[in-house]
Amino acid sequence: MIVRRIRECAQFIAHKRDEAARCRSYSHDGVVVTSVADSRQATTTRFVCRSYLAVVLAPEPPIVEWIAEIDQRIKSAESFLSGAPVVVDLSAVKLSKLAIVHLISELEQRGIRVLGLENADPLSTGAGLPPLVRSSHAGTVIPDRVELPAQDVRKEPTLLLDKPIRSGQSILFPDGDVTVLGSVASGAELVAGGSIHVYGTLRGRAMAGSHGNSRARIFCSKIEAELVAIDGYYLTAESLDQKFLKGPVQAWLDGDAVKIAALD
Amino acid sequence: MAKVVVVTSGKGGVGKTTTTAAIGAALAQMGQKVVIVDFDVGLRNLDLVMGAERRVVYDLVNVIQGIAKLQQALIRDKRIDTLALLPASQTRDKDALTEDGVRRIIGQLRQMFDWVICDSPAGIERGATLAMRFAEVAIIVTNPEVSSVRDSDRIIGLLDAKTLRAERGERIDKHLLITRYDQSRATRGEMLGIDDVLEILSTPLLGIIPESEEVLRASNLGSPVTLNNPGSAAARAYSDAARRLMGEDIEMTVPSDKVGLFGKLFGRRAA
Repeated sequence: MIVRRIRECAQFIAHKRDEAARCRSYSHDGVVVTSVADSRQATTTRFVCRSYLAVVLAPEPPIVEWIAEIDQRIKSAESFLSGAPVVVDLSAVKLSKLAIVHLISELEQRGIRVLGLENADPLSTGAGLPPLVRSSHAGTVIPDRVELPAQDVRKEPTLLLDKPIRSGQSILFPDGDVTVLGSVASGAELVAGGSIHVYGTLRGRAMAGSHGNSRARIFCSKIEAELVAIDGYYLTAESLDQKFLKGPVQAWLDGDAVKIAALD
Repeated sequence: MAKVVVVTSGKGGVGKTTTTAAIGAALAQMGQKVVIVDFDVGLRNLDLVMGAERRVVYDLVNVIQGIAKLQQALIRDKRIDTLALLPASQTRDKDALTEDGVRRIIGQLRQMFDWVICDSPAGIERGATLAMRFAEVAIIVTNPEVSSVRDSDRIIGLLDAKTLRAERGERIDKHLLITRYDQSRATRGEMLGIDDVLEILSTPLLGIIPESEEVLRASNLGSPVTLNNPGSAAARAYSDAARRLMGEDIEMTVPSDKVGLFGKLFGRRAA
């Protein structure tokens, strides 16, 4: 049994017309929970991705014995897992859809509510079953993703990157600020729980305050960004005032609008 | 000790194969023992550019699968005896390449040559990642154009993450080669300038190859441009790049095919 943190992911908003495509594009990073919040502007809908802690149960064959072991645990600690969000990791077993349904109902009888399935065959899941989720620890999903060791993260509230961030790279640092000594390429992505500092040209996407920090800011010595977002509110390159282009700027959140000003 | 070089770009059609042939031939002309290896399994081209398409018997995949010996698959160049080609297979796809097989062949080639130059296929999939896997030097071929530059940036990221050297925490020696450069179009703003490309990619420059009809002519004749017309601007630029690769310090210039007054008056293009 593993207690694993389901990390992730970028908090972002999307225009209604983009919602399907965007949600799909982000869902590989972990459990994506979207919520629709009221917005003063009728045309924009706010989609927020948050990460949550979940307990991962990995059944091992034979299933009957595994369930008996769960029963043992429940006996020794009555509140064991009751009400906790649980993800079932099916990588060790090969089950048909019927068997998965049966397994989940067995768990529910024991007060264990299943939030999602991991490493299951997409063909044997679907309607009536919890959704498939993928943990961001599955490094194979994005091979060149920069994975940060969890321990370092806790010790170090700032992530310092001394190389340029290349197109296609994605930096996720939910625990604090990210500082880049170099440029962030078009097609690269920075997601920080805190603020983002770029001592170079910001050409890709920068999303600060991704875990609900509306006081986070984005600083860069030259802006040509595809998108800047703070706490889920965003500005695209198109809506960026052209007068700031290629100059040093900071971005912050004022109510529900991202503001940009030159850094002089 | 032999050097393993990968010629890569991400984007297709920017001149990887042309560059592999031209730089390979230029190094061989300087007396170096060179092998050029085509990794574009299924879409092989290097044999055509080298004019060796009618001499291909065995290929890279045959050697990986143990059907042929490495010596049987290597094709010695008829013009320069220190240059050899290891062709790709046209009838297979990239899944026929295995990491162990590629490691073994690169290891053997290292013993036989001074330079092992791997011509990567376009893309970032298996063929491209295996071509770069064992390299210690990378030549990133870029056209002065936004999509090519962005793809090169992606490849540079992969070179720093997915090569054996990067995984061991060692440095991979990266060089940028800008091809199909047209000074007058860059001046008019129709093309990215050299400074823009260097600023975006922040990678040292190996050379600037001017746009030239000679390149296409040489490809069609099955001869690397550095052999076919050594005096042409593109060939001189490639030779300079090869010498920089050897560690020589050569001033960075963009050679041009100068049209003299006589040529201009009579509308004749200098070769």
